[in-house]
Amino acid sequence: MAYEKFNILKSTAVPLPIENIDTDQIIPARFLKATERLGFGDNLFRDWRYSSDNNLNENFVLNNCIYDGKILIAGKNFGSGSSREHAAWAIYDYGFRCVISSFFADIFKNNCLNIGVLPLKVTQEDLDYILELVFENPSLEITVDLMNQKLIIPDKEFQRFFEINSFKKNNLMNGLDDIDYLKNMKDEIINFSNKIPF
Amino acid sequence: MGKTLFDKVWDKHVVRSIKDGPDVLFIDRHMVHEVTSPVAFRGLENRNLKVLFPKKTFATADHNTPTLNQHLPVKDPLSSKQLLALEKNAKKHKILYWGLGHKKNGIVHVIGPEHGITLPGTTIVCGDSHTSTHGAFGAIAFGIGTSEVEMVLSSQCVMQQKPKRMRIFIDGKLQKGVTPKDVALFIISKLSASGATGFFIEYSGEVFKDMSMEGRMTVCNLSIEMGARGGMIAPDEKTLEYIKDREFTPKGNAWKNAQKYWNSLYSDIDANFDKDISFDGSLIDPMITFGTNPGMGISISNKIPSSRDQSDNEKSYKRSLNYMNFNEGENMIGKKIDYVFLGSCTNGRIEDFRAFSKIVQGKKKADDVIAWLVPGSHKVRNSIKEEGLLDILNDAGFELREPGCSACLAMNEDKIPAGKYVISTSNRNFEGRQGPGSRTLLASPIAVAAAAITGKITDPRKYL
Repeated sequence: MAYEKFNILKSTAVPLPIENIDTDQIIPARFLKATERLGFGDNLFRDWRYSSDNNLNENFVLNNCIYDGKILIAGKNFGSGSSREHAAWAIYDYGFRCVISSFFADIFKNNCLNIGVLPLKVTQEDLDYILELVFENPSLEITVDLMNQKLIIPDKEFQRFFEINSFKKNNLMNGLDDIDYLKNMKDEIINFSNKIPF
Repeated sequence: MGKTLFDKVWDKHVVRSIKDGPDVLFIDRHMVHEVTSPVAFRGLENRNLKVLFPKKTFATADHNTPTLNQHLPVKDPLSSKQLLALEKNAKKHKILYWGLGHKKNGIVHVIGPEHGITLPGTTIVCGDSHTSTHGAFGAIAFGIGTSEVEMVLSSQCVMQQKPKRMRIFIDGKLQKGVTPKDVALFIISKLSASGATGFFIEYSGEVFKDMSMEGRMTVCNLSIEMGARGGMIAPDEKTLEYIKDREFTPKGNAWKNAQKYWNSLYSDIDANFDKDISFDGSLIDPMITFGTNPGMGISISNKIPSSRDQSDNEKSYKRSLNYMNFNEGENMIGKKIDYVFLGSCTNGRIEDFRAFSKIVQGKKKADDVIAWLVPGSHKVRNSIKEEGLLDILNDAGFELREPGCSACLAMNEDKIPAGKYVISTSNRNFEGRQGPGSRTLLASPIAVAAAAITGKITDPRKYL
């Protein structure tokens, strides 16, 4: 599915300093019944955003109007558990384009990269520092420069290089996905399949 | 330098390696279910692509199916629509489909091995993280997202960075009452819920050698719960004995040729692992979890640890205990439970039902406990009846449901109510995983059986 090309992102951020946030929290299983990729953002962090009687939980950060932006900052091991891509869809659909954490679960990370969300890994020390800055100043602007692989906080003269493999970087910058690449390998794949016993 | 088991299978399947990028990995078996596939099929249509190898693709319905009255129309309209979508997509793309009510239907990771779809030395993917289960046969098996499901449907390949290799070596003999589930929960408690992220695990040593195929499936199934892409065990005689003569297993000469390949599937003595970890199997106790991720597990007779001894930060740890309404230093034994759940791709196979039945035989279910017993497949359900286990279960006050994922992820109507405690043989104790507000304690089938009789957390060794 086509997604918005990722180049330079300048945004405020939403802090969520909880560790081990699994994909069941990002989108509970009961919202996976759809047959189309539509409206998952409404149920992003559903059981944290709303109480059991469907009232807004005022204490949850997404319901706190002082925090806003296209960047989500979360505690370590973000996106663990179920492989549901719906979790990445919900994050994208809600409006986030980048998640910053000190550690991402593998399947979730791949899912994000496949749909145009950048999972940006920083050290635990940097994560704690950035969270602190955002709590101090919710209107702090953060810049993610994908081309140069840099995370920048202009006000604080903070700049960090981040890792991403060049193939995925190219995909994100051009709004491509792996299928665009694999389509052109059809004959090579069919030939290869003849060498495989099963 | 020798090769690891993982390298041997992975390297054999690399169609192309992209410099500073992923490998294009050929997939031998693609299993598809109703929840993570509809958007992928829609994507194929939007791009005007076909399923490249329909014969390497297998579909079943399991995540979103009722476990009672499967012969009646599915009540929930959204679930019904999702099931119908898979049926239509399978038909359109000529994919084998064992839908609701089909005699071979069941949880995808239970039916794959049952029918010989799962074979050693193959690559297997499914839009489900517990695909790691199939690693028990010496396959590279891992979960993928829906974009990747679309990728595999259209090209039979995924593009993945090769993971690092970890070996978990456990020698020694397990104590009586310690099951494969306990071994897995023990490992996860040591490594944490993220300790194996970025790795593919090989389990080796006497403990795994001695384990049944079903036990190995339980262990490999739970690899993802410490963040690993998957886990695998080198195939041996037990593996080949299990797969022989099953529906999709090679026969005759094909079997002989396959055997040559399978016999080469082990880690060479001089193979290098990025991480090597070992434990003494004789020191593992029956386990139980007390928190909201599978790494929060302890020996069943221990007290809930203090936040000071944890790798997670104090705030996250306390948040977790608060959700469970538990306190540091409390005993797990004796805590009251409301529900028991026996089933899932982790522990929904016939051995699990045998183990459970043996404990409850001649006893009665506690009156205030609600028990959901959900076999992993129709085949398991039939064996339960044929082996006389159903009579034992019924006499003890238990009923048997129809197969599916059920309360493991609570996508269907099998939801544990808010605030209630469930002791469960499934794989995840996340907040609300088994129903909004539900509180899950993960344990082995025999620990679940012991709790079902007493109504509280009980050391299963008392009932052996």
